[in-house]
Amino acid sequence: MEMPRPNPEVLARKQTVVSRLLRVLPQDAVIHDPAETRAYECDALTAYRCPPMLAVLPSSTAEVADVLRICNEEGVPVVPRGSGTSLAGGALPTADCVILGIARMNEVLEVDYDNRFIRVQTGRTNQSVTGAVEEDDFFYAPDPSSQLACAIAGNIAMNSGGAHCLKYGVTTNNLLGVTMVMMDGNVVEIGGAHLDAGGLDLLGVICGSEGQLGVVTEATLRILRKPEGARPVLMGFDDNEVAGQCVSDIIKSGILPVAIEFMDTLCIKACENFAHAGYPDCTALLIVEVEGSEPEIDYQLSKIIEIAKRHNPVELRESQSAEESAKIWLGRKSAFGAMGQMNDYMCLDGTIPVSSLPEVLRRIGELSEDYGLPVGNVFHAGDGNMHPLILFDANKPGDLEKCEAFGADILRLCVDVGGCLTGEHGVGIEKRDLMTHQYDPADLEAQMAVKDVFDPNWLLNPAKVFPLDVSEARRDAQIAAE
Amino acid sequence: MKPETEAELAEMVAGLTEPVNIVGGGTRGITGPAATIETVGLSGIALYEPGALTIVAQVGTPLARIEAALEAEGQQLAFEPMDHRGLLGTGGTPTIGGVVATNISGPRRIQAGACRDFLLGVRFVDGTGQVVKNGGRVMKNVTGYDLVKLMAGSCGTLGVLTEVSLKVLPKPEVSATLAIQVPDTTTAIRALSAALKSPFEVSGAAYDPQDGQALLRVEGFAESVAYRVEQLKSVLAGIGEIAEVSDSAALWRALRDVAAFHGKDGDVWRISVKPSDTPDLAARLEAKQTLFDWGGGLIWALVPNGTDLRARLGAFEGHATLVRAEASTAETLGRFQPEAAPIQALTNGIRHKFDPRGLLNPGLMG
Repeated sequence: MEMPRPNPEVLARKQTVVSRLLRVLPQDAVIHDPAETRAYECDALTAYRCPPMLAVLPSSTAEVADVLRICNEEGVPVVPRGSGTSLAGGALPTADCVILGIARMNEVLEVDYDNRFIRVQTGRTNQSVTGAVEEDDFFYAPDPSSQLACAIAGNIAMNSGGAHCLKYGVTTNNLLGVTMVMMDGNVVEIGGAHLDAGGLDLLGVICGSEGQLGVVTEATLRILRKPEGARPVLMGFDDNEVAGQCVSDIIKSGILPVAIEFMDTLCIKACENFAHAGYPDCTALLIVEVEGSEPEIDYQLSKIIEIAKRHNPVELRESQSAEESAKIWLGRKSAFGAMGQMNDYMCLDGTIPVSSLPEVLRRIGELSEDYGLPVGNVFHAGDGNMHPLILFDANKPGDLEKCEAFGADILRLCVDVGGCLTGEHGVGIEKRDLMTHQYDPADLEAQMAVKDVFDPNWLLNPAKVFPLDVSEARRDAQIAAE
Repeated sequence: MKPETEAELAEMVAGLTEPVNIVGGGTRGITGPAATIETVGLSGIALYEPGALTIVAQVGTPLARIEAALEAEGQQLAFEPMDHRGLLGTGGTPTIGGVVATNISGPRRIQAGACRDFLLGVRFVDGTGQVVKNGGRVMKNVTGYDLVKLMAGSCGTLGVLTEVSLKVLPKPEVSATLAIQVPDTTTAIRALSAALKSPFEVSGAAYDPQDGQALLRVEGFAESVAYRVEQLKSVLAGIGEIAEVSDSAALWRALRDVAAFHGKDGDVWRISVKPSDTPDLAARLEAKQTLFDWGGGLIWALVPNGTDLRARLGAFEGHATLVRAEASTAETLGRFQPEAAPIQALTNGIRHKFDPRGLLNPGLMG
């Protein structure tokens, strides 16, 4: 993965930057010893590593503002970091950057059930947002698989989704307002507890901008009352195409499950060994979950099961208890970890129109044979968000490159059938150079024009999202401005 | 000007020498320069996949045509776009492009989300005549910046939309409405809020002070609706007398379109606030008539012509939009809530990038 050459002038000013930062931050919040900065050398996309020049751990919006103002004045690139769980390299440092870690800012600022929102500092983890309100039977809906560790800051940067967004939407649909620090140190408030933007929907463009427009330090999030209950049903099929047709038929029937998850043989086996959820041995497994009161669940599941039966499932099993449901979900949410026990893997995230599912799975199978690398498929079938996991051996020369090429072929395939490169993980560095396959130069220019407005010097989260050659002129201008 | 294709539109915009007003069906009272670009020539449903819950259409496609296509498959636009014609006294035919450009959502916004939440992709021609696309037709897409949201509600000021992709949802089997008799706004908001924070999935929560009724809608399959209606009755017990309303669909259509103000003299304002702030704010309005939607978070106010409602309200968290007024009032007060200086700087910056010559609905949004 090509990264821009570190700016020697910035590296030469390291001591100046450190001493300026130490004037606004406590000693333990400025990490400059190379032995310690190494801890920030990668995120969950571990194939790529680069220790940053420095890392800082501010504790307040005011401290974040100080850091950004100083970095802006010194021309130092800043890479914001939530919990470092990005699968796309969204928090990968450059050698001349300051990592701005938000983890110390994890307070709940306000909980308001009457107006159904919570306001938190964004270093708080996704799961602990729900944790703050679940005693009162509320929850925060977006549920990425990494929800135990991932921070709201990263969720906003990547517009994270999860298994249950078929019903509840992704981060952008549950984000009401932000406090954001601009690269020049100015603090802006956008949105709030009320609905809709009064003017242009800046909140909409900030969410999913991968930390390139500003550093979000506080967020107002929509919380919902927990449904009375939820229950999954497992459906096994001996054919991917039939499973795909079943998904489409369920959706067309008028019942909208909260989640429809799909796993293929390789993933089923890996997850079963990991979670002992009683997954059947089959080609394609669907986990379909519905919510409501007991009679409502019974009614919905009976209709769903009726549809499934028309497709001759090899297995059809309703969860019988809360423990069983938990195991079923544990298996699904552990898919990446379980596959990781088999080998190194690269997780992709393309989205396709649901109708293209059989075709895309068939093509992935063919590519897998061509490349000689196994691939497991686990994904959110209701919304077409795929997660092919390509297994490779990082210690085997050439395997990573082969895996990258295979991955790129799959993502191009997703775009070619009418889908996109990434459904919920973000572009980061991983898919940066494929952006031209989905977007024309004018499309990318329009996006970069937004960055020009928010971060004119192109210092925030450099070398992500846009292909290096496409953003080169802007980054050069930034270095020339030094 | 009335282009028939996107390419033709791009050429027209590139060749513009004077400001233009972008017109869809012309029903939403967006006024501007005398010269117009009308998008009705860009019409047709390009793709509709019920099993994928997605529809793609040219912007000039009549909303009614889209709704009919969805209806045939038992689906709908869940954000329930309002029809402005009765309120504004406009003619014309609402288009899907107009709905998106103004980000218009109705009562179900409180549960399902706004128009912008259902918008999956856009194609548009920017102020220089450049064709740009963003998003796509799949439900989850975080590839690059989300200009889709930015375009929703930008009222033609960033570009002329040519094609939109939308997520659709199954149409509920049945719907039922409870009316709770309440003495005042405070009690009404309390009732709506109690229902909205219950697990019974309320899809409409409004209050009409004229008849003192807080209204709650529940939708879904029959058994579920019946169950939730009963549960809600016990949640709301003690607040006021509860009755079931028979013609639920007509009632919510009237609320959606603010029928209570139709044909009445005065300016119309639309205020978005945190619901618990509503009783205080409503008391300061000195309105001729009010109507509350979105659990109280949306206030419709009918006030005497020329009233500077923002001055009357003072600082508050949220925004007030002038929906209906004489052109001179709209000019003086501005249709949209003025924004804080740093936000204004960002929106001006974006507008300048997308429409550097300032020719598309200039000044409309401030």
